[in-house]
Amino acid sequence: MSTVMNTGFLPLELLRIIFALICAIVIVFGNAVVMGYLERKLAGRFQRRPGPMEVGWHGILQLAVDGVKLVGKQLIIPKQTDRVLYRLAPIISFAPAIMPMVVIPFAPKLQGRDFDIGLIFILAVVAINVLAILIAGWSSNNKYSLLGAMRSVAQNVAYEIPMLLTLLSVILVTGTFSLRGIVEAQSGGAWFIFFMPVAFLIFFAATLAETNRAPFDLPEAESELTAGFMTEFSGMGFSLFFMAEYTYMFIACSLTVILFLGGWSGPPLPYGEYTSALWFFAKVYALLLTMIWIRWTFPRVRFDQLLNFCWKYLVPFSLVHLLVTAVVLKL
Amino acid sequence: MKDYFALIFTGGKSLIVGMMITLRELFRPVVTVQYPREKLPLSPNYRGHTILIRDEEKPEKHRCISCKMCERECPSNCIDLAGEKREGVKGMVLIKYRLDFTKCSLCGTCVEVCPPNALDFSKVYQHVGFSREDFHYDLLAMVEEDK
Repeated sequence: MSTVMNTGFLPLELLRIIFALICAIVIVFGNAVVMGYLERKLAGRFQRRPGPMEVGWHGILQLAVDGVKLVGKQLIIPKQTDRVLYRLAPIISFAPAIMPMVVIPFAPKLQGRDFDIGLIFILAVVAINVLAILIAGWSSNNKYSLLGAMRSVAQNVAYEIPMLLTLLSVILVTGTFSLRGIVEAQSGGAWFIFFMPVAFLIFFAATLAETNRAPFDLPEAESELTAGFMTEFSGMGFSLFFMAEYTYMFIACSLTVILFLGGWSGPPLPYGEYTSALWFFAKVYALLLTMIWIRWTFPRVRFDQLLNFCWKYLVPFSLVHLLVTAVVLKL
Repeated sequence: MKDYFALIFTGGKSLIVGMMITLRELFRPVVTVQYPREKLPLSPNYRGHTILIRDEEKPEKHRCISCKMCERECPSNCIDLAGEKREGVKGMVLIKYRLDFTKCSLCGTCVEVCPPNALDFSKVYQHVGFSREDFHYDLLAMVEEDK
């Protein structure tokens, strides 16, 4: 993308932004389809069921058919809801999910834009999702929705602290918030997971809670709250939440890969400046599969257990970790 | 304080044990049967609705002699049969054998009591119908159609 093209009608920078946005949207939708299929297929296999089998070879077109169904469904708005907020909530949840794609470095030359504060940008944008969930729960006029939303807010606020503290440990080492800078600091196989495995575990546990994944899926706890904050949503309202959830999982795993697993680094490939995105995606999907694996292994935690785990284990350990990192760097 | 750190190790170990169990299950074969396409073998003891069985020596005929023992013994009164005397034929000829399967409890008394062993349980288990009358089976028609 750095080569200068003779574009008479559009400035190069604008073309680049448009191309990056198209790629971002393709990744968001593609990831939702792939993850939706993998989740259902693996859920089946973990329980020794075949999973989706009917549409296409081994049910591979199931998500396409589901998409058509969801687009065709009526968007039902229950009585006595806050109609404006109710319609706005899925959009507020989904729109910020696309923005972090712009700063994620997939490969040395595949990055929409490198911000000096890329990491802070992602964290800030992703935090909007909590607001969307609260709006969705509040405007639905349904006690399950509201309970789910309240739980989500409490959980996200609590788990943001250990997450940010472990991030600080990494930032202390790299000295930059630029995602590209963080990846380049780990070049040559010096991935941060080898130097601070505890931080990796804390960060991964916190991202599980941040993305409302099992065993921390209290906001949507299907056995207690039907579907939590998205109970009342149908059709595209539901599917926007669904896609947003998978996109936030993708972003969380991308961040984990960038911060701890060396981003795009891996054995050299031809045209490595572009194709090393393969290593990036391989690592991200390995983490996403681990998330699915965890979901189908562990039972949901109780709310007090959730907060105890955060305040009694994750926060003290990440504080100690930050202190140790600072001391080691100073020595 | 000792418990605090002990819990990290016991808890962490139990998490790994759990993950290994599900990982093992992931690679084991699927146990569900894709029902309409695959079917499990039926137990030989399965009791479907009763049917008239054909004579082994004369396979074109059933063995019923219209003695009405089954009709009399049936605790649910779900059998309705009739026979008639015909010129040149020894014994009675069965002209009607109707089974009201909505009432039948599959107790098997009719099968046990039948003197010529003309009745047996079928292996039919997919009964579908839109009305009550769809389950009033005409066993005589069945045995004749089945030729």
